[in-house]
Amino acid sequence: MKEIKISISNLSLNYTGKPALKNISLNIPAKRVTAFIGPSGCGKSTFLRTLNRMNDLLDGVSVSGKVLIDGIDIYDKNIDVVNLRKRIGMVFQKSNLFPKSVFDNLVFGARLNGIKKEEELMEIAERTSKQAAIWDEIKDRLDENALNLSMGQQQRLCIARALAVEPDIILMDEPASALDPISTGKIEDLIYELKNEFTILIVTHNMQQAARVSDFTAFLYMGELVEYDRTSRIFTNPSSRQTEDYITGRFG
Amino acid sequence: MTFSKTNKDIKSLLFVNLVRVLFFILLGVLMLIISKIFIEGIGVINFQFLFDEPKNNMTSGGIGPAIFGTLAVTILMLLFSLPLGICTAVYLSEYAKDTLLNRIIRASINNLAGVPSIVYGLFGLGFFVLFIGKNIDSVLKSGLLFGQPVMLWAASTLAILVLPIIVVSTQEALNSVPKSHRDAAYGLGATKWQVIKSVVLPEAKSGILTGTILAVSRGIGETAPILFLGAAFYLPNLPIVYLCFGDFCLPMINPAEQFMHISYHIFILATQSSNPTVTLPLQYGSALVLIGLTLFSNIIAIYFRYKFRKTERKG
Repeated sequence: MKEIKISISNLSLNYTGKPALKNISLNIPAKRVTAFIGPSGCGKSTFLRTLNRMNDLLDGVSVSGKVLIDGIDIYDKNIDVVNLRKRIGMVFQKSNLFPKSVFDNLVFGARLNGIKKEEELMEIAERTSKQAAIWDEIKDRLDENALNLSMGQQQRLCIARALAVEPDIILMDEPASALDPISTGKIEDLIYELKNEFTILIVTHNMQQAARVSDFTAFLYMGELVEYDRTSRIFTNPSSRQTEDYITGRFG
Repeated sequence: MTFSKTNKDIKSLLFVNLVRVLFFILLGVLMLIISKIFIEGIGVINFQFLFDEPKNNMTSGGIGPAIFGTLAVTILMLLFSLPLGICTAVYLSEYAKDTLLNRIIRASINNLAGVPSIVYGLFGLGFFVLFIGKNIDSVLKSGLLFGQPVMLWAASTLAILVLPIIVVSTQEALNSVPKSHRDAAYGLGATKWQVIKSVVLPEAKSGILTGTILAVSRGIGETAPILFLGAAFYLPNLPIVYLCFGDFCLPMINPAEQFMHISYHIFILATQSSNPTVTLPLQYGSALVLIGLTLFSNIIAIYFRYKFRKTERKG
């Protein structure tokens, strides 16, 4: 494994007293795609949300263990959660664009950072939507309401919006689960492109998708990390019986 | 298997028709009131009636000053109640934890809506005029300026009266903003205040406006609270003050003056004038104007709400 971006050790999370993540330890490599698979309710999304501390927004969550990003403990008292989230882009299961114009969505993060100049914002909008391979489709529709775009376009616009805060990690929580196969294909192509520059973590319940897009795969079950390895290995020669049962469709 | 109607079907048919009949009764009563007022009142309404002042001991002339006073006091009311109400709702919905104190605050706001309006009037007189106003006067040594019933206190009292309406509808509007939109903003590194300011409030705009419509409709017709708070029988001058910047003078509502008010004017015409029968057409005319004002403010607000909605969920 090359350079480690995120190092997680003994991460546990309790939600209103019930354990949702149990003692998870793994290292996530930089500029690779790491997929998290597992049956519904196994804690994949919760795990993803511990990495940008979105779980902090819920009452009754307690986290223990260490999450180091570039060697820095993000659960340290001195960490500013807002700055942390600016370094980590997040894409959700369903497009959650704001009911604003395409342009306003793209530059939302930039505006949060205090950028006001129109040319500068325009430049960011163009750069990020080119990165997200959606520029050609939206360049003439920047003033239109973003909710007029197709579902697939909306989700790619969400990715572009996340890129605009210049993160180096992107968390994707089942980004294609609400999309048709063609749109899903576009998202997967995009993930493949983006991993040259970003560390990508993707939660998916679609095992073919995990096999297609990821370099590493982690299998979670009932809040525990069952197996974590190169994707090629997980899908051909898993070492755990549970993993094999899951990926061959015997349960889940 | 049979397809004949069962007892249950007949029952539901009966119920639907009962509801239908009740609906038409309600509609009928409403139409009766409005058409009666319209038919009796439309005759006196003309340019003079809308802009002139009352003449000949209220038996002729118009209600211009009363319309002005009504609008002035309603605008002032909104000026006070909107910021306070919206801030309260934002606090309760977005910041307040579920503590005993906050539950008490919530319950109090809901209960405020049930207080009879005359009680607000007495409260306004006791609290605003006799307590706050008198104390301001004695601190500023301004003689008898604030310590008397004036528009400022009438508007403040009406503001408290409509506060629960604004708070409750704003809270509903805030709660209806999808969590996913908040998550998106938090995920982009927004602070809580930024989430509220750039995502939640803009999306709640049309709901807040609905609350404003309801507040105006309620506040514009209230008579009891303003009885003791500066509503005047007759005023020769409009409650206006001129703000001058050099040679340029701007007329402004003067909140330190008494005012005439349509609803109070109707009450006077009906009970205090020298000849209530002669003034009957004027009463109907005034009532029609009051209904018209409410309708007009509703139409404006509905137009804006429609515009907001269109930008919110186009497509």
